[in-house]
This record gives sequence, C-alpha cells and structure tokens, in this order.
Amino acid sequence: MRSCTLFSLCLTSLVGLATASAANTAAAPITTDWPAFRGPVSSGASPSAQIPAQPKIAWSAKLPGRGLSSPIIMGEKVFVTAAEGPEQERLRVLCFRVKDGAPLWERQLLATGRTMTHDKTSVAASTPCSDGKRIFALWSSNDLAAFDFEGNLLWLRGLTADYSNASNSLGMASSPVTVGATVVVQIENDSESYALGIDASTGKNLWKLERPKFANWSSPVPLPARPGFPAAVLLQSKEGVCAVDAATGKTLWQLAGNASTMSSSVALKDVVYLPASGMTALGVPALGVSEPQTLWNARQINPSTTSPLLLDSRLFTVNNAGILTMAETAAGDIKWKLRLTGPFSGSPVGAGDRIVLVNEKALLQVVNTAAPEGEVLGQLQLPLDAKTKELALCTPALSGGRIFVRTDSTLWCVAK
Amino acid sequence: MKVPQLLSVLLGMAVAPVFAGPLEDAVQTLTHVGREGAGNEAASRAWTQVVAAGPKGLVLLLAHSGSGSNVADNWVRLAGNAIVAQALEAKQPLPLDAVEAFLTNTAHPEAARLLAFDLLQQADAGRAEKLERTFGNDPVQKLRRGAVAFLLTAAESKSGDEAKKAYQEALAVARDEDQTKTVSEALKKLGVAVDIPKHFGFLTQWQVIGPFDNTKGAGFQTAFPPETEVALDKSYPGKSGPVKWQPTASKDEYGKLNLNEPLTPLKEATAYAVTTFESGEAREAELRLGCKNAWKVWLNGELLFARDEYHRGQRMDQYRLKGRLRKGSNTILVKCCQNEQTESWTVEWEFQLRVCDGTGTALLSSVSKR
Repeated sequence: MRSCTLFSLCLTSLVGLATASAANTAAAPITTDWPAFRGPVSSGASPSAQIPAQPKIAWSAKLPGRGLSSPIIMGEKVFVTAAEGPEQERLRVLCFRVKDGAPLWERQLLATGRTMTHDKTSVAASTPCSDGKRIFALWSSNDLAAFDFEGNLLWLRGLTADYSNASNSLGMASSPVTVGATVVVQIENDSESYALGIDASTGKNLWKLERPKFANWSSPVPLPARPGFPAAVLLQSKEGVCAVDAATGKTLWQLAGNASTMSSSVALKDVVYLPASGMTALGVPALGVSEPQTLWNARQINPSTTSPLLLDSRLFTVNNAGILTMAETAAGDIKWKLRLTGPFSGSPVGAGDRIVLVNEKALLQVVNTAAPEGEVLGQLQLPLDAKTKELALCTPALSGGRIFVRTDSTLWCVAK
Repeated sequence: MKVPQLLSVLLGMAVAPVFAGPLEDAVQTLTHVGREGAGNEAASRAWTQVVAAGPKGLVLLLAHSGSGSNVADNWVRLAGNAIVAQALEAKQPLPLDAVEAFLTNTAHPEAARLLAFDLLQQADAGRAEKLERTFGNDPVQKLRRGAVAFLLTAAESKSGDEAKKAYQEALAVARDEDQTKTVSEALKKLGVAVDIPKHFGFLTQWQVIGPFDNTKGAGFQTAFPPETEVALDKSYPGKSGPVKWQPTASKDEYGKLNLNEPLTPLKEATAYAVTTFESGEAREAELRLGCKNAWKVWLNGELLFARDEYHRGQRMDQYRLKGRLRKGSNTILVKCCQNEQTESWTVEWEFQLRVCDGTGTALLSSVSKR
C-alpha cells in the first residue's frame, strides 16, 4: 500500500514536472494537472479529467479571504489565492492536499500597489499559474510572487513600485501564463499599460511591451507550438490581437481590430478563436507573415464576459443570460443552444463530452455535449453564506475525477 | 550602531551574538532588493538561509523591516511568516516576548510594527487581540482599527450619556472612513453632531477656473495657464471663451467638490482648483485624494502625482500623496479633467482632498484664505 502510494506520488510529481513544457508543446503528455486559468493550454479543456455526471461534495476548506481566482492543481496539491482586510491589502497563497483538502501551507504578504476594486470583484482575481516547478501568483495590486511547491519564496515583484500608474480602480483581473521559461503578464488599464515577459527563475524582465492604454481584463494565451516557430503568446486588447515571441517579446504577427477586453481567446493547432465581433477564427500565419487570415466570423456566438471553451472541434460559449452555445470550429456554425441556470461570471471547462459550469449562485451544472441538443446531466448546489451575500465567480478547475470550485469563503472539491 | 547593539538598547535585553554575521547579512540582503527584480537571486538564497535559521531570526527580521522598499518588506514579511509557521508545526518556542516588546515600541517603522503584530497574531491570536485593544492612539492607522472596533462594540451595549461618551471616545481615535461613519451615525441618533470635514481634514474652500479644453483627452497633458501661474485676478482664454477664477465651497460631508456646479455639466473639459493651506510648522504630510476623473496635484508648485483614468471608481483616500508642507502658506493646485463619455455614470466631475498625517489624523489649516 505504502509502496503504491509512493509510486503514484512519484509518478504524479513527474507528470507535474512535465506540465510546464507540456502546456506549450504539441505532443503534450497526458496530465492530471490544471496549471493555469482555463487549464493546461488555456482552452478550458482537460485532456484527462473524468467529469462525474452526478457530482457530490468530496471535501471543502474554508478560505481566509475572498477571490475570483481559480484554484490550480499540480500533482497532489491545489493552490489558491485570496485577499482580505479592510482594503483587501492582505494577500494570501494557500496550498491544500488534493485528496482530502488538508491545509499544507499558507503565505501572507501585504499589497504594495492599489487595492481598490469594484465590490463584486476582488484583489485576488487573477488565477495563479505554474511551470511545473513553481507557482506564480498575481493580484490586482500588481504584486507578483513565485513560490516552490513547498511554499518557499523564490522571488517577488511589486509591479506598481516599478511602474507607478498601472492600476484600474475597478480592479485588474488578467491571469499570468507560463510559456517556456517566461511568465507573461498583461497589466493593462487607462493610465499605464504594458505586458511583461518575466524570467521564471529570477523574476526579472526579459522584455516589456507598451500596450494600448485602455482597461483590459483578458488574459494572455499560449499559442500551440509549431515546428520552426518560437514559443509564442497571444495578447489581445481593444486594438486587436498580436502574437509575441515569449522569449524575446518580438511581435510575430498582429491584427488590428476590436477584440474583447474581458473574454480571452483559445488556440488549437494553427487556428486562434478570438472573441471579437462575436467570435472570429484566425489562421495563424507562416513565419515572417505579419497578419493572420480571417477564416470566419460569427457574430451570433457571443461569449459575453466569460471565455470560450474549446473541446476538440467544438467551441462552447455561455452568455450572461445563461445560454450555452455549441458551434463547430470549421466554419463557426451553431449546432445547438441550451438554456442553463445563470448568471455566469466563471467560464465553462470540460473534458471528453462533458462540460462543467458554475453559476454565480454556486449551482454546478454538468452538461452532456454528446446529446443532440445538449442536456444537463446533473446539478449540485454548493452551499453559500446568505449573510455575506456570498457568490461563486470563479472558473472551475478539473483534475482526474475531481472538480475544484472556489466561492467567496470556501474551496470545494467535488467528485463522483 | 550595529543592529544587535541597537536591538539590545531598544528591547532592553541581551541579543544573542548569533545575530551578527551570516544571518544578519542574509536579512540585509532581503532588504536590498531593488526595482524590476534587482537583487532577486541573492534575496532568494538569503530567504532560504533566514528561514532555515528558525525563530532566532525573527527579531532580526523585525529590526530590518522598514529599512528598504515595500517590496523588500514583503521579502522580510514572508520569511517571518514561514518561520512562525514552521515553528508552530514543530512546536518550537518563539520569542514572543521580544516580538511584543518590539511591537509596543512606537519608535519602530510602521512596516516593522505591522509585521510584529501579524507574527504575534499568527503565533498567539489571543495575545495579539489583548494587545490590540491598547492601540487606540497608535501612530499606525492599520493598528488602530482593531482598537476602534473594540470601542465600538463596547459603545453598542451602552445607552444615553454613557453611550455618547463611549462613541465620542471611539470618534477621537477613529481614522478609517467606515468606522468613523458608524460612530457619527450613532452619535447623530444620540443628538450629537459630528463635523466630518473637520474630523478628516477635508479642504472645502477653493477657487475654481475652467473650462479649458480636453477634447480627446489632450487637455490632461496640456499645461494651461494655471499650471504656470496662480493669479486669481487674471482671466484666460478657455474652451469656449474667457475664463476666470471663482470661489467655490464644498458642502459635501466628505469634502467632494462638484465642478459641475460652478462650471455646469460639461464634457471634454479641464478645470483647476486652488486653495491655500496654512501650516504652523514645516512638516511631512499626506494629501489624500479621491477622484474618478483624470487629475494632477501640485503642492507649492511641485507635481506630486498625475493619473489619467476616467470613471473607474472613486473613494476617500483613494490616492495617498506624500509631500512636505512649509511653515506658513502652502498652495495646493488640483487639475481635474472630464472626458467625452456620455453614460449616466460618467456625469461626475469632482474630487475630494484632505491633508493629514500618516495616521490619517487631520491636519487643519490655521486660516482659510481662498
């Protein structure tokens, strides 16, 4: 028994270590890790999760502060961020054991940047990310911290100390992503906007790009690796979308337009599905070609403020009214629409033929996408604290047979 | 004076010689991180070393907290946080007497005392809570909050004159907006008026001039005449004709100066407001601003900060600008720009500004000249 446990732990660790590069390579090994906002390749999909049709609460863990950030899962550990205090100035990173929710460690720091946000959001809005060896946690105050999986501090950045006017009085929410050895952050707002490529091992800038001065809550998305192409990341804004070499910050291609500043893209192989005028599919250009080709545009597919989910050749979006739309990626044709119980702030995630969505009232809904018009397979109401008007605003995370959801007060693990 | 001797003096206790040497060097390394990640690699190695040294490094960490940047303070804070967590898990003794002695010495920097309190709370929440009740007059605004909360709880259980006295005691030490509001509302119900503008030190008497142009936001970067001279008797070309200074007073309880009133509701417009603050002494001060329009603030001709964000939100003390008051007259100039948006939530063209010390205690102008 013990040997088996040790073996599985070692195996899980090895899988975890492989995940960083896995996130950015075409031949990604199957992993149970969920290392960033919307999963291993920022598409909302897990290559290995098994979503239970009738989920039940496996365990829950109280959190010391609010947050919209999603949990991430690396091996046997789940990490989540929070913010608390009268001005949300106390920033926390917490680590729990996946199998039973036992608290493993917690670290606290004080915000060095501005902490003002709209009441509905939080300073802990950005989902942390991992490169398989470290976790990188970003808050709305522009504090960025790197820890190893044991909670040892590796490096810190106070980006407002570095660039004093970069903040949004409504709150920032873009989540960081790792691409190769680079942590990419988008710090975009009305006053001072930039994107940084940060050395994952030292926390120092590899590059800094000036970005459009406009509030932007969308997150950078890694482009799937292609032979002969540098590892790249997509940055979108009100002024369009560009692909940037993650190691150098060099712009590889760009397209002017009006991309969403809330909903983030998904990319599969050589196509980018961009929330712009509904959804727009872009063919990733050959190396040296400066502009992508628009493959199709579908105005009727509207991801609203959430981000789309890409499952194989199917694109799923959910709008504010709770309508889940399934479209084929080939031409953007809508195949079915399914009314769910909304409203949603979190984005859909999925694996195989199943999708999980959690509405703001913490009603978890499992959808069978193989049904001709889609169907709700099961629901689970997570309990909320009515006295505090608690909400569930995060995007769920998937790992193995488990679904992780964070509400204002609690981290929930849901399973069969 | 080296830190070990300094600590001995401050704490009135013998400090182990282990503080000198590599451990102190490591702690100092944490405080030397600079901008854009400078010093991160060395700090990372030092952090591991400091945490491995365990509880004996705690007071040394406190002694160095506040000596570097606020990012450096987080390196120190996270080391202390990890040391306490590990010691609690290993059931190791912690030097809580020394931490408490450090905390209660108000001569230490704010960051260091906040860290001391948080470490004490992490290690022994009951002990921290007991101490927190004594912080009503503490120079650190964040430490006061807990003490005010205790006073408010106590006042709630009283009635009549006893309640008045209890709430007035809470008001005397309250510095946060929410707590002050709670106190003032309770006192109002008891028939006691509270002068909120005076409590917070809001500046309410201004001279205002405008509109100047701000088409496509260009006015924010344009230096209109008030940025080079403040001559209250002069007139200048404005956006739609000559403009001149006019006296304007805020009647808002929280000092909001509504520029739509003297200048009428406008779009793509720039206004300036100026006032004189009479200080009885030369001293450091904070100008705390709340504003949802683009703004610049000058103190005696020195630009303190500028920010061109529009209609994302406003709150009291949204921006804390540090400046030095001179003895006598100080000129405070505010530039406030309105943009082109026409939604109902973009009508506001206003700001609120107060002068206070680092605790949030109002500094009051001895004379209002404008």
